[in-house]
Amino acid sequence: MAINASMQEKNMTVRTGRKVHWQSLFERGLLYVLLLICVVLTGAPFVYMITGSFKENAEIFSFPLHFLPQVPTLINYQRLLSGADIPFVAQFGNSAIVAISQTLLNLLFSSMVGWGFAKFEFRGKRVLFLILLGSLTIPFQIILVPLFLLMLRINFLDSYLGIIIPGAISAFGVFFMRQNMLSIPSELIDAARIDGASEWGIFWRIGLPLVKGALSVLAVLVFLGSWNDYLWPLIILRSTEKFTYPLGLATLYGLYKIEYGMILAGAFLATLPIIAIFIAGRKQLLNNLTIGAIKG
Amino acid sequence: MVYNWRRRLVPYLFISPFFVGYAIFFVYPVLWALYLSFFKKSGINSTPRFLGLDNYRDLVSDPLFIKALINTSYYAAGSIFVIVPAALGLALILSMRHLPWREFFRFFFFAPNITAGVVVAIIFRLVFELDYGLLNNYILVPLGIEPVRWLRDVRFIMPAIILMGLWRYTGINALYFMAGLQNIPAEVKEAAIIDGASRGQVFRYITLPLLRPVLIFVLSFAIIGSYNLFSEPSILLGGYEGGPRNAGLFLTMYLYRMGFRNLELGYAAALGYALAIIILVLTLLQLRILGMFRED
Repeated sequence: MAINASMQEKNMTVRTGRKVHWQSLFERGLLYVLLLICVVLTGAPFVYMITGSFKENAEIFSFPLHFLPQVPTLINYQRLLSGADIPFVAQFGNSAIVAISQTLLNLLFSSMVGWGFAKFEFRGKRVLFLILLGSLTIPFQIILVPLFLLMLRINFLDSYLGIIIPGAISAFGVFFMRQNMLSIPSELIDAARIDGASEWGIFWRIGLPLVKGALSVLAVLVFLGSWNDYLWPLIILRSTEKFTYPLGLATLYGLYKIEYGMILAGAFLATLPIIAIFIAGRKQLLNNLTIGAIKG
Repeated sequence: MVYNWRRRLVPYLFISPFFVGYAIFFVYPVLWALYLSFFKKSGINSTPRFLGLDNYRDLVSDPLFIKALINTSYYAAGSIFVIVPAALGLALILSMRHLPWREFFRFFFFAPNITAGVVVAIIFRLVFELDYGLLNNYILVPLGIEPVRWLRDVRFIMPAIILMGLWRYTGINALYFMAGLQNIPAEVKEAAIIDGASRGQVFRYITLPLLRPVLIFVLSFAIIGSYNLFSEPSILLGGYEGGPRNAGLFLTMYLYRMGFRNLELGYAAALGYALAIIILVLTLLQLRILGMFRED
């Protein structure tokens, strides 16, 4: 005990001795400047997108370049939202419908399956769990073509079902929920069973409320994946009115004359919901996201 | 008796959403793709013609496939040797003791990752613009370097895409590294310093080995992500050819083009399998090299 205390004291003098050292202070200052440079480099493209959306096309492409618009204008937003070139408002709404539906369905399925693996013992549990984990290793490129043909056959082509239903099946979601449900005390469940509650009731009224935090993290992740998805909606959706916003913005590049201002405006609007969600839930997210990296 | 039987069925009911969905939307397509890859099927309603292994043979001698393979591997190398070390560096800086505004930085560097790939490509089309772009005008010209035709010069297309990847993916990888760094007990490092180890030695013999699980995690996703890359290069270069002389043609982009633009469904199925095998082999190789299967 006494040895420990003197070790601590020694540590402290070493630490404080180092802190006042000019060389390390200069070093820290330098690293902090480097950090700030990185912030500028990271933020500049964002800022340029935002300010560019308030400039007329001619101004974006003229010298001298300015970050701030010299003649701020809302014309890009007006044209974009009016639907003259692309039905952006509809497409934005489509993205919302798809993302929300997929998120809700995914949460339901992932928590159900996670509950099954976390709170029950049954024959074949080990094998089935390995199959679940194994599915995470297989790259999706294999199924792109056949899944498309399958969607075609069951009439899910050009339908949101073709995005939502496959998107609700997520091994990662199951794994995530299962990990979080493991810590729910089985005494609670047993007590509920003795009281005559149904298995579904136990899951719905006891299990789920106890993992609200995990559910919200998963919700954000699934929503994000769905909101930003480009490849699969590109394959499934065929009519312009049904497009999600990434598809819509992409078609703006195909126009005879590329409308940069409008594209920037669309890009900015499309990013707002995500930024809002992440600002609202930042602490929970940043802490929970890294669980997979360390424990997984 | 009835109660017992129902009781045992319950877990299977809970886990059924995943396994039913997995069977329909994954296993069945995977098997169908294998079958399809032995046929020539051009167009959705055409009758398939048996080819045996010809699709795979054509694949290996297909110049576009080779080009895509080289390009994607070039990007993956950039990912492994530029982006991951940069992320580690950023994580080290962000893990400094007594860093003001650390939470703000964590969120800020994470932001590029939550924006859609399409949006990122939209922004970077402007960043890489020859005459009016951010990179040429705000960084190269002030340093006295000639403006670069980032998106039209065959030599600079891949570096441009890697730069875009650097912007987009450094932050989140840094977050993973930060979580890993937090798990290294400070006493171990301090003991080494007291024993006379230099900071470089502490990093090399203590920090790095203890970061191995996180490093494996980060590298696996870097490799997989590189070969999955689709929306950013597609929107950045326009169309699905990968720009001038296919310098920006990525493997998944080529798959999309062959399968969904040219509707060469059999060929694309074979391509999907080839791509999946490549990804799996590389990931296993990486795991082997980093010694995941060793007990340390």
